[in-house]
Amino acid sequence: MTSVSPEPGSTVDGFLIEERIHQGGMATLLNVSRAGSTMPMVMKLPKIGEGEDPAAIVSFEMEQMIMPRLSGLHVPAFVAAGDFAVQPYIVMERIAGKALLSRLPELPLPYADAVDIAARIATALADLHRQHVIHHDIKPSNIMFRPSGEAVVLDYGLACSDLLPDLMQEEFRLPFGTAPYMAPERLLGVRDDPRSDLFALGVLLYFFTTGVRPFGETETMYGMRRRLWRDPAPPRKLKPDYPLWLQEIVLRCLEIEPAWRHPTAAQLVFDLTHPAEVKLTARSEKLKRDPWSTALRRRFNPDLKQPRPKASLADELASAPIIAVAIDLAEGSTALNEELRAVAERTLATLPSARLACLNVLKLGRITIDKTLDEHGHNKHVDRLVALRNWAQPLKLADDRLTAHVLEAIDPAAAILDFVHASHVNHILIGARRNSALRKLLGSVSAKVAAEAPCTVTVVRRAAAEKPTRATVENEEVS
Amino acid sequence: MLIALFADIHANRQAFEVCLAKAREAGAEQIVLLGDFVGYGADPDWVVTTAMDLVGQGAVAVMGNHDCAVGSPKVQLNAHAQAAMEWTRGELGLPQRQFLAALPMKEEQHSRLYVHSEASRPENWIYVTDSSGASRSMQSTFAHVTFCGHVHKPALYSLSVTGKMTSFVPTSGAPIQLLPGRQWLVVLGSVGQPRDGNPAAAFALFNTDTREITYCRAPYDVEQAAARIRDNGLPTWLAERLLVGK
Repeated sequence: MTSVSPEPGSTVDGFLIEERIHQGGMATLLNVSRAGSTMPMVMKLPKIGEGEDPAAIVSFEMEQMIMPRLSGLHVPAFVAAGDFAVQPYIVMERIAGKALLSRLPELPLPYADAVDIAARIATALADLHRQHVIHHDIKPSNIMFRPSGEAVVLDYGLACSDLLPDLMQEEFRLPFGTAPYMAPERLLGVRDDPRSDLFALGVLLYFFTTGVRPFGETETMYGMRRRLWRDPAPPRKLKPDYPLWLQEIVLRCLEIEPAWRHPTAAQLVFDLTHPAEVKLTARSEKLKRDPWSTALRRRFNPDLKQPRPKASLADELASAPIIAVAIDLAEGSTALNEELRAVAERTLATLPSARLACLNVLKLGRITIDKTLDEHGHNKHVDRLVALRNWAQPLKLADDRLTAHVLEAIDPAAAILDFVHASHVNHILIGARRNSALRKLLGSVSAKVAAEAPCTVTVVRRAAAEKPTRATVENEEVS
Repeated sequence: MLIALFADIHANRQAFEVCLAKAREAGAEQIVLLGDFVGYGADPDWVVTTAMDLVGQGAVAVMGNHDCAVGSPKVQLNAHAQAAMEWTRGELGLPQRQFLAALPMKEEQHSRLYVHSEASRPENWIYVTDSSGASRSMQSTFAHVTFCGHVHKPALYSLSVTGKMTSFVPTSGAPIQLLPGRQWLVVLGSVGQPRDGNPAAAFALFNTDTREITYCRAPYDVEQAAARIRDNGLPTWLAERLLVGK
């Protein structure tokens, strides 16, 4: 084994070493290239010499195990790994540009900018969690952005996966990570909860919108443990113009109890991208921290520190899907809409953390100039929102599980598909009408959605009447 | 090279046939049999004869405690196993009994150690059920990876250069890279009598190029294997437990 990093101009396993770009406490980063490859690449070398921190070795081993398993836009592409016995290294795609850390001098950012950044990071987290990986070190220096806008999460040295042995778990008594961003349950040794990443993102969002870290910069164990019982100052105390919905999201991410945070990263993306739909609880209005008496009761309440029963990462994600239901509010759809509601009820029955997004498409004419008001002067958009909520009312869902969306579009199927993509919908329920004249003319919306959606689609049909007579069929066709 | 590993077949023909077929389909080039060919199940003669054929074609095989008990009545077994063993002795022909008696306690191949129970004292048939047992086994060998069976529940342990242990219950079908910087103990589930609550037969595939171990499960005709046990007058619990994987 060697701890000397290769000199520029030398080659390691066919990779030509170029300049050093970073020298950190745990690893060195070098630009490298390889004949026949145009992708910009970096080589990461761990510090494993005499007297170095054993954490550097173990976290590098963890990264070597996890990186080859990850794929997609939110991770640097894995190229190669070197043998520990000869020269340990990882070669991966080099992401152009600067880490999010470079924006620290601009803090606090305008709310819209910070929310946009947080939504991109949450989207990346949803993708990592879907691939069974919890990152455990979300912070500005580990976030970069592709030119196309997607957040890329770097450094998997502290990450873990329920599909792999967790090499970090038993190696060190103290929790490893970045103190200001570390979730409270991590201080109790819990490493299998994906919502620890949502807490870190909450810290980042709080910091980027207020310019202040919610739990300071303390590095001591005592200082870090305070977050197990002491809540941070609400952002509205620091900035009176702080939007209620944003405080709701930030404080929910920073909940001490993981189960009180958003159930999944995808649901957090949903809230960040639909501010008007965020349910405003008491969190949103807080102007000061909880009184000392509350904090002390929390501190000396041992129940808070009891480990919870373990659920697998996949089970936790599967229990909290986003379900979208596309509802046609046109006349004559009542029976079909009742069937849709029955199917939605059956689907939601076993999923207490699922949320339901009710969609309706307000069709725009291709050439005509559309009026937002109907012939009676009502706002069509608002009317439809009311109608959607009315449709969902018998389901008796809590406000934070139900949202209503009116999409204005020329092509209804494309509008539904766009929503599904943008909101990470896991399952669509959509009605199909029988023998409709409109369907013959325009093609079926449900067929297009079923064919092109990136998720499960349930096409709901109203049961056909027994042996329809010729007359009734014709009747439906002209209606 | 892709190696297919099978442990604790326990005379279950239906389970072993399905596992062998799956391993061949996956492209296995080397077969390793980690012992306990007989005991509990109702097809000892077929299983041992098949193992003899495989060894003749280059497979590696080591001895399990039930295989040892066939020729030496002094080996301690629980009551159910004892009843099945008495029946088994009357089923196996001379070549089969000679094959079992001549099996080695362990085999080593390119820093891979194959043993039925664990590496520290193979003849004592110690069960590895936790990190300390796994640590004892790994500290008694220089092998990078030790493969064993015996406990009928899949597990994966590692020992780092700093002497720290990790333990893990693997998910079937998800490959895990056995990093060269630490020692590993791969505990296989059982082909013929799984006890981890999943009745599907268990085996494993190890790719020597990528150093990836994949724990596999193969559903098989459990009803038929159970019926064979009942039809041969073996203890009925041995049939029932197959259905629940206990």
